[in-house]
Amino acid sequence: MTGTAGPALSTAGPQSVWFRLRWPLVAALGVVFLILFRGTLPDWAITPPELWTTNLPLPFLIFSDAFFPALTIKGSSVADWFNGIVSVLREHEIFGLFTFRDVTRGIAGLIVWPLNFSEDLLISGFSDWEIPPIPWVVTTALAGILGWYLRGWGLGLLASSCIAYCAVFGKWELAMTTLSLVLVTAPIAILIGLVLGILALKWRQFERALWPILNLMQSLPHFGYLIPIVVFVGLGHKAGAIATILFALPPMAKITILGLRGVAEEVLEAGVMAGCTRRQMLWRVRIPAARPTLMVGVNQVIMQCLAMVVISAFIGARGLGIDLLFRLQTLQLGRALESGIAIVLMAIALDRLSQALSEKEPVHRQDGPFWSVHPYLTAAGLAAAAGILLAYLVPEAGQLPREMTVTLAPQWDLIIRGVVSALYEPLSFIREYLPPYVLIPIRTFFEQLPWTVFLGAAGLCGWVLGGWRLAALVGTYIGFIVLSGWWTEAMVTTYLVFVAVVICTIFGFPVGVWASRRDRRTRVVAFLCDTFQTFPSFIYLIPVVMLFQVGTISQIMAIVVYASIPVIRYTYVGLRAVPHSMVEAAVSSGCTPSQILWKVRMPLAFPEIMLGVNQTIMFGLFMVMIAGFIGGNFDLAREIFKAKAQNDAGLGLLLALCVAFLGLTADRLISAWASRRKAQLGLA
Amino acid sequence: MAEPVILCRGLWKIYGSEPAKFLARHDSNPSPEQFEQSGHIGAVQDVNLDVQPGEILVIMGLSGSGKSTIVRCLSRLIEPTHGQVIFQGTDLLKATEKEMIEIRRHKMGMVFQNFALLPHRTVIDNVAFPLEVQGVDRAQRHERALEIIELVGLKGREKYYPRELSGGQQQRVGIARSLAVEPDVWFLDEPFSALDPLIRREMQDEFLRLQNLLHKTIIFITHDFDETVRLADRIAIMYEGRIVQLGTAEELVTKPATDYVRAFTRDIPKAKLLTVASVMGPANGARGDGPAVTDDQRIGDVAGLVIGQDKPVTVVNGSGNVVGSLTRQQVVDALFADRS
Ligand SMILES: Nc1ncnc2c1ncn2[C@@H]1O[C@H](COP(=O)(O)OP(=O)(O)OP(=O)(O)O)[C@@H](O)[C@H]1O
Ligand SMILES: [Mg+2]
Repeated sequence: MTGTAGPALSTAGPQSVWFRLRWPLVAALGVVFLILFRGTLPDWAITPPELWTTNLPLPFLIFSDAFFPALTIKGSSVADWFNGIVSVLREHEIFGLFTFRDVTRGIAGLIVWPLNFSEDLLISGFSDWEIPPIPWVVTTALAGILGWYLRGWGLGLLASSCIAYCAVFGKWELAMTTLSLVLVTAPIAILIGLVLGILALKWRQFERALWPILNLMQSLPHFGYLIPIVVFVGLGHKAGAIATILFALPPMAKITILGLRGVAEEVLEAGVMAGCTRRQMLWRVRIPAARPTLMVGVNQVIMQCLAMVVISAFIGARGLGIDLLFRLQTLQLGRALESGIAIVLMAIALDRLSQALSEKEPVHRQDGPFWSVHPYLTAAGLAAAAGILLAYLVPEAGQLPREMTVTLAPQWDLIIRGVVSALYEPLSFIREYLPPYVLIPIRTFFEQLPWTVFLGAAGLCGWVLGGWRLAALVGTYIGFIVLSGWWTEAMVTTYLVFVAVVICTIFGFPVGVWASRRDRRTRVVAFLCDTFQTFPSFIYLIPVVMLFQVGTISQIMAIVVYASIPVIRYTYVGLRAVPHSMVEAAVSSGCTPSQILWKVRMPLAFPEIMLGVNQTIMFGLFMVMIAGFIGGNFDLAREIFKAKAQNDAGLGLLLALCVAFLGLTADRLISAWASRRKAQLGLA
Repeated sequence: MAEPVILCRGLWKIYGSEPAKFLARHDSNPSPEQFEQSGHIGAVQDVNLDVQPGEILVIMGLSGSGKSTIVRCLSRLIEPTHGQVIFQGTDLLKATEKEMIEIRRHKMGMVFQNFALLPHRTVIDNVAFPLEVQGVDRAQRHERALEIIELVGLKGREKYYPRELSGGQQQRVGIARSLAVEPDVWFLDEPFSALDPLIRREMQDEFLRLQNLLHKTIIFITHDFDETVRLADRIAIMYEGRIVQLGTAEELVTKPATDYVRAFTRDIPKAKLLTVASVMGPANGARGDGPAVTDDQRIGDVAGLVIGQDKPVTVVNGSGNVVGSLTRQQVVDALFADRS
């Protein structure tokens, strides 16, 4: 490794100050140029002229002529065009029998069955047969036994205390509704992801078509799913379930493809030599051998499901999310916090349980009586029997009556008020100085930035980093936004995310560096990152609203809290992953620790850190949309909330695509840069 | 000589953008420069090979010389670019997918360098796997699997998972699995390379014990000389995709076909390899009253005796007739000739 590092490092070229600063210099010159000569640009080159955005561009027409001959467009903007397609899907009858919407509603109708079943089981009981729901003591005990089985008594304790919290604090129904949504949607999302992955393995063509779609789906903000779902399924609980399934399946599909392709060549050969048919190869060799990777996907799907289930409250999914949303909107912060804690606990429990499941290695069984061969099953059976008996004798063990539950909301409110007033002074400089000296200038810059310059700069970066293909791709993304008619709003969103990402980096980078310096720090920070990462993004609104009320600062701070995690994580992971041989070489040539950090580790880890920034941008774009309803800016988030209120699916979809394309632009450019740089450094 | 079990003629495996066309363009014999220029890799080049029933054929060569590729062509895990493989009289490369499955299910077994066990299955289910895919019912395949597990010395571990076994034990499972269907031909691709030397030796003993019971036709890949000398009936030496010599160990040492073989076999422990017959000179007169050795003894076993004698030692054959004589100098030359 050391041998290749020497020459590779020096490909950075002459180490003169000017050469190192070439890109910042180019950027600075560009800005100066803009300020001086912006006035000389024609108007059409500054903001996209109305004529363009209100007249449907030709490519859209060609596309719809080819695929939607029945399309009639009421109006002439891109949003109208999207609405045209939506209404075709909604009203045009296939074979004169049913519309696409009938199909989606029919499918959505099917989800009601498992949903009802799990809710009956956990909450309301089967009234037709007069069977009561599972007593809460039994649910709590079973969660504990599951954790005990998967990893040990520690996890068991954690799992049952999370469940018990919900019961004791009167969140039982809400929590169980949320849990049942996750329990129903996650397996479906996993199944669909698996099937897509298997099909992709079978047909290369299908895989080629699937990847870009999955990438797009993963960069669509949550509302990009919610609004179309409202049109095609309706408002309510099951719509939330469908949105959740769609939202959570892309990572599973991707991981399935990677996992199935990643099975060791020798294991596959062993399967062939055993005389497996193609089908046996898939089901008895490939899939079981890929299990560890697939289980990582399962964990991700479960966490995505929980996050989306909470956010689906916006379209009427019941559960903890809607409670939280309501309390936040009415500023009942103590109650909001109590619901938030329930969500957080559920996230932690689900994450740790599914992680333990994925790490569980098979262990051989000793012969013996049933209870010694299957101790956990036996314990579960006994606990269930004892709990049911107990609930029969003491009704409170079955369902905790409301007057026996506890609430700490008044106390929380007191604490919150104390914290807020204690922090009011220290934080006032943010409120006072941030807007006039930082936010407004940056916003003005982005608002006034001519779209031609933005497009040109992005295209140029694309061309330098990945040739004309990348330039064309990035150009298409931005061109789409230009023509969509929402350029200014998109720039406001860009400004919000930009400010937030800069703050995230200023804050997260040093934390990451600090954490990388000692094993213990790394462990602690890694634990915190892992934990915070599992929380649904919605949760982060609570502290932000507490401290900054509503407004632009809140919206930015919500992004900062949520999106700092990737920068921190990628920084310490990148710094620690520098090959040991290179560090040893530096030590033996007499570098001080800080020289090793800045001259060896940092340059080598920098591409990885930039990937962290990339993740932060994606997280930021997601959060900027969710936090839109506390922000009050004229950005894409505000428009998407309006579109939702008006049930304007075409517009909602269009706006969501604008967000996705902003994210994809950043993602493509940064990943291209990072992989090129890694190759230069001989790390790839 | 009996009908060979595997016969391969003019076998090529080329990696690259358009292997078949490349081969045809250069009259089925491209030069190393042409490979270099076009960016193709000749993993196996013009290999002719016959494997006799019941023999252990060891393929040796440096890393990257194409050993694994050859066995994978012979079992058709890899599709050869060109050539012919006759397996028990049938043309393997013309067999349909279904026929191949049948052949693999009943006639071939293979052991892999990194064991290639299925991690989610217990020992017994791993061993029974080839039977399971054939549709043999559970009781029957477990009975058979237990037999073999006992044969390879893993009795009592049937319910363990591969993760719970040591490397040597895992490879025993690999061996058991490959034997479950009683194959006619047994391929072993560096089966003991991933094991440490002590375990390796133990596994070689185990392997020889099994072979004495089973008498399979075996193609065994290794790059360990000791292993080769202990196990091989015949040895094929590979160099850059070609088999440069095929013969017994003694032939390779006494009559190397090329300088490469000579250099390659220099480190073979000759004391255990050469027989008295291959080193001795012509008989000089009738049997004297001094000590005598037989012609099939290894040099290493008689060296002490011969070197202690001033006069040549008489060599007799199995029936006691004098067939030659052995001098101190001959022994020293045979053992140390290449070192000087
Ligand atoms: N899938 C492949 N694509 C391209 N080249 C390959 C491929 N598989 C093998 N090769 C090349 O073919 C040559 C022979 O490889 P092979 O694996 O047969 O060597 P080997 O003798 O088994 O080596 P080792 O002792 O390391 O196992 C090597 O140069 C290797 O790089
Ligand atoms: Mg090999």
